[in-house]
Amino acid sequence: MFDVQKVRAQFPILSQTVNGKPLVYFDNGATTQKPEVVIDAIAQYYTEFNANIHRGVHTLSQLATDAYEQARNTIQNHLNAKYNHEIIFTSGTTAGINLVANGFAKFVKEGDEVMVSALEHHSNIVPWQFLCEKTGAKLVVIPMNEQGELRMDKFEKLLSSKTKIVAVNHISNALGTINPIKQIIDKAHKVGAAVLIDGAQATPHLRPDVQELDCDFYVFSGHKVCGPTGVGILYGKENWLNALPPYQGGGEMIKEVTFEKTTYAELPHKFEAGTPNIEAGIVLGTAIDYLNGIGFDNIAKYEQELLDYATRKLLEIDGLKIYGTSENKASVISFNIEGIHPYDIGTIIDKLGVAVRTGHHCAQPIMQYFDIPGTIRASFAFYNTREEIDIFVEAVKKAQMMLT
Amino acid sequence: MTIKAIQEEIVDEFSMFDDWMQRYEYIIELGKLLPLIDEQYKTEDNLIKGCQSKVWVHAEEKDGNVVFTADSDAILTKGIIAILVRAFSNQSPKAILDADTDFIDEIGLKEHLSPTRANGLVSMIKQIKMYALAFQAKN
Repeated sequence: MFDVQKVRAQFPILSQTVNGKPLVYFDNGATTQKPEVVIDAIAQYYTEFNANIHRGVHTLSQLATDAYEQARNTIQNHLNAKYNHEIIFTSGTTAGINLVANGFAKFVKEGDEVMVSALEHHSNIVPWQFLCEKTGAKLVVIPMNEQGELRMDKFEKLLSSKTKIVAVNHISNALGTINPIKQIIDKAHKVGAAVLIDGAQATPHLRPDVQELDCDFYVFSGHKVCGPTGVGILYGKENWLNALPPYQGGGEMIKEVTFEKTTYAELPHKFEAGTPNIEAGIVLGTAIDYLNGIGFDNIAKYEQELLDYATRKLLEIDGLKIYGTSENKASVISFNIEGIHPYDIGTIIDKLGVAVRTGHHCAQPIMQYFDIPGTIRASFAFYNTREEIDIFVEAVKKAQMMLT
Repeated sequence: MTIKAIQEEIVDEFSMFDDWMQRYEYIIELGKLLPLIDEQYKTEDNLIKGCQSKVWVHAEEKDGNVVFTADSDAILTKGIIAILVRAFSNQSPKAILDADTDFIDEIGLKEHLSPTRANGLVSMIKQIKMYALAFQAKN
């Protein structure tokens, strides 16, 4: 049985007050809070077995290496990847996308096409623009409709043998839309294109099965799944990771170095140059175990209830418009109130203890589509409550009163 | 009135409020008194970087003094820039350049506004001083 009060008790930060008010944290799309097990695991690492990994013969180094590799196995199981060497530790989603986009210069030439969608975060646009600039390939964009859903009819028309890779998010950070990635992957594969899925916003809410999806790459960040910042995962199919050139040179990623020639290490080390964020990697495993302990079915069901409740309550406010109205949505609500700048509302409700994100959410093309300067985005996690939604809705009403 | 005297006046006004809501409501009121920028000057050049909302500031020279007009698409930001315009407009370039901005802290703006907003505030002050510097250099 999912008991939100029991869950909340595991997150020390949630009992804080902000500006004299109990904290209502609805900025989970930006980063999630950390449960005690995660905070403790960080301290435990530094207290008990901090050492550099994959090198030392001494006991601490062995312990740290084992813990790090255990975390890799945890993530392999979590994503249902075929091999544990298909799991590459990165510094985050952005780093994973850059690694792939950079390496793809090997497979892309002038006249080829690289496809992204209108719903992307800047970090899944700019690395591909770099790739296009470098190779002369063309960036093609899958358009969206008024509900914030990808136009699948247009997508099929845009696909061709020129398409080399399709990079789309699993869930939109700005609007919350859950994209039909299985369909996208299957259709892209039919024309021989690879597919990268940006799972930064999806992994907090669901458990992806990369074999079932058959995606070529799947990337996400640790800090959005109750883990530490500065760590992320790039899943890649073995054959793709073998084919891609190394991204950064340095220690760890080599087999043999002479001044004439260096041979690279096997996967996954080929892409893990230098000392990684060992603590964060280990603790990411802890965080994933924690979420699986709660259960993604429970998380999805509960968050859907929060989303429905908040949507209904917000729509009672005069002049409020929600952006992103797909049937398939994660617990994210982006909205504006007629005649009021989102920033004004964000500032006032912060004074009332409510943390939301305001602005363009690093997705300026979406704001341009709707012709707005930005939105207020409330993003809920499984540790949020209906009572918090009530406080939030009242705060928005108060802000509206002050600002009109 | 000198900049210092105007700043003291503003600090006095804000000291009457004992909670943030009254303070914010007053900022909103002050925004309504802002001498608005002429539409033709709402250009990319006059846009201040570092704010989540848009803020335009324009300066003109009048009888040796710098006269500011401004606008913003957000109400609170408009109030903030109105406070700055009130403090610095109609003063000589030298007086503007010499003036300190401690009054911002005293009216609790820096403390009470979010970091991104505080950065915007810093950018606004910088822009006002830049205008003063430009007019001083010209003369």
